[in-house]
Amino acid sequence: MVADTEIADVRAIKRELAKARRRGWARFMRRLAAHGSFKIGFALFLMIVMLALCANFVAPYDPNKSDYRSILMPPSLDHWFGTDGFGRDIFSRVIHGTRVSLGIGLAVVVATGVLGIFFGLLAGYVRWLDNLLMRIMDGLMAFPGVLLAIALAAALGPSALNAVIALTITFTPRTARVVRSSVLVVRELPYVEAALAVGAGHGRIIFRYILANSLSPLIVQLTFVFAVSILAEAILSFLGVGPPPPAPSLGNIIAEGRNYLQDAGWIALFPGLAIAAAVLGLNLMGDGLRDVTDPRMRSEREAG
Amino acid sequence: MIYFLLRRLASALPVLFVVSLVSFVIIAIVPGDVTAEIAGSDSTEIQRAEIRERLGLDRPLHEQALRWYGRLLQGDLGQSFLLNRPVTEAVLERLPVTLSLAGLALVLAIVLGVLLGILAATKHGTWLDQGSMSLALFGLSIPDFWFALVLISVFAVGLGWFPSGGYVPASENFWGWAKSMTLPALALAITQMGVIARMTRSAMLEVMSQDYIRTAKAKGMVRRTVIFKHALRNALIPIITVIGVMTGVLLGGAVVIESVFSLPGVGRLIIGAIQRRDYPIIQGGLLITAAVFVFVNIMVDLAYGWLDPRVRHGR
Repeated sequence: MVADTEIADVRAIKRELAKARRRGWARFMRRLAAHGSFKIGFALFLMIVMLALCANFVAPYDPNKSDYRSILMPPSLDHWFGTDGFGRDIFSRVIHGTRVSLGIGLAVVVATGVLGIFFGLLAGYVRWLDNLLMRIMDGLMAFPGVLLAIALAAALGPSALNAVIALTITFTPRTARVVRSSVLVVRELPYVEAALAVGAGHGRIIFRYILANSLSPLIVQLTFVFAVSILAEAILSFLGVGPPPPAPSLGNIIAEGRNYLQDAGWIALFPGLAIAAAVLGLNLMGDGLRDVTDPRMRSEREAG
Repeated sequence: MIYFLLRRLASALPVLFVVSLVSFVIIAIVPGDVTAEIAGSDSTEIQRAEIRERLGLDRPLHEQALRWYGRLLQGDLGQSFLLNRPVTEAVLERLPVTLSLAGLALVLAIVLGVLLGILAATKHGTWLDQGSMSLALFGLSIPDFWFALVLISVFAVGLGWFPSGGYVPASENFWGWAKSMTLPALALAITQMGVIARMTRSAMLEVMSQDYIRTAKAKGMVRRTVIFKHALRNALIPIITVIGVMTGVLLGGAVVIESVFSLPGVGRLIIGAIQRRDYPIIQGGLLITAAVFVFVNIMVDLAYGWLDPRVRHGR
């Protein structure tokens, strides 16, 4: 029968396509693995994530337990990063603080990713919504830097959840823009037209063809959003509108250390280095991902 | 050019509308009773009612919005609770400090960043290239307010070269002003310096491979002239485009840096208002800073349109 051979052909083609997809994926991973700064960034970030995940086992002391016999001790073998004004161990506080910062950063990345995809697709695919949505995004982006996040977090009240909400509102517009601009390019490509012609529905076209091919700039963008959220969360905590003390968020530790700059500089020094290390790792990974996916896409990240 | 200007101004209107709407909403998203937050938990119901009336919170939301816009069009952003004076006045009075801090940081970031970028591009592939790019990446990755604290401990507490905070008006004592602004501007500039250094390097590398540079080299032009006159001029164009965005980042960053160095700018005013729940100041500060940013972006676009005729006529 003719139909049987046709089905067999279709199956063979599908197998070939799957194989090609796997090959493309493998090539992508190989290129990433060969990218020097991506490797360094990945190793650095992985190490920090592991430390944060195992905080309860790695931290030698309870991060919130005061010890009045060892107040403001400089770094030593007992206290690697020294102690603060309550005799709390800075090393333990930094490790637990990294966990708080990474957790908030990750939550912001997930929320920003979901909302960015949603609004980006909506604006890029539904023509009449495009103008309205993008004007709103422009308006949100008109607030300079982290100022909007600071004001939102201040109005909502200091908590980890509110920090995530404030940062998500601040970083979603730019992410939505990235998604939208790649959707606008992809939707004009011949294979989308071909899919339309053979009668694929909107859902299939959006998810299978448009979104799948708009992902790489989004992933690059989200890596940088992760880095920027860690920095911004530290600012919120430092200003007292992030997760409230005694939670050892890295920004909180720096804020406490600020009062001891003269006598105990180590209190503020180490949490800052922890932030810098995490952000550096993410930036290196982002650079690598960008180089591998599209060497010409340089502009979006600079804005932060 | 006039058409371009008008079109650019018109496109700023919806942006300003969203900005003003968000600033209005800020007070509506405060959970629970705003007046209790403002007056303190031991306040009497009469005190709260008075605040409610002063803010217009006793009216329905759409009426509040109408009132907000009615006043806004007259340049009235309400009264500050604690300062007991109009918000507009209080914010505008502090704007010059913030603007000069952001401006100084912008100049520092551009000068240092461009120099670093040129160094990296001209010594492409050497340790100088790697060194400058590591420095740029480091600048991008450190929290600026933390860098400010490091600068204070080294140059103010340790060496005593600069004051650790406080502000001296330039009109009183120029050197004192310069000294009080150096560390804050440096701390604020560090991130953007990294951004500009990386941009300059890649733009320079791209320009240096162009035919006209090869021609200039081939006809025996001095290397310095080729780099600074021919290559840099074209490499700088992409940097002009990001100055607008960068100003925004710097204005936002100034909020934190001002409170680290106790500079009496808009940022410190807003942070103080946050601690004391002075919502009109938060709203007004947010709105005016965003408006300044929108204005700067228009100026940058105009400059760009003037430099590059394609921008003016395109779209």
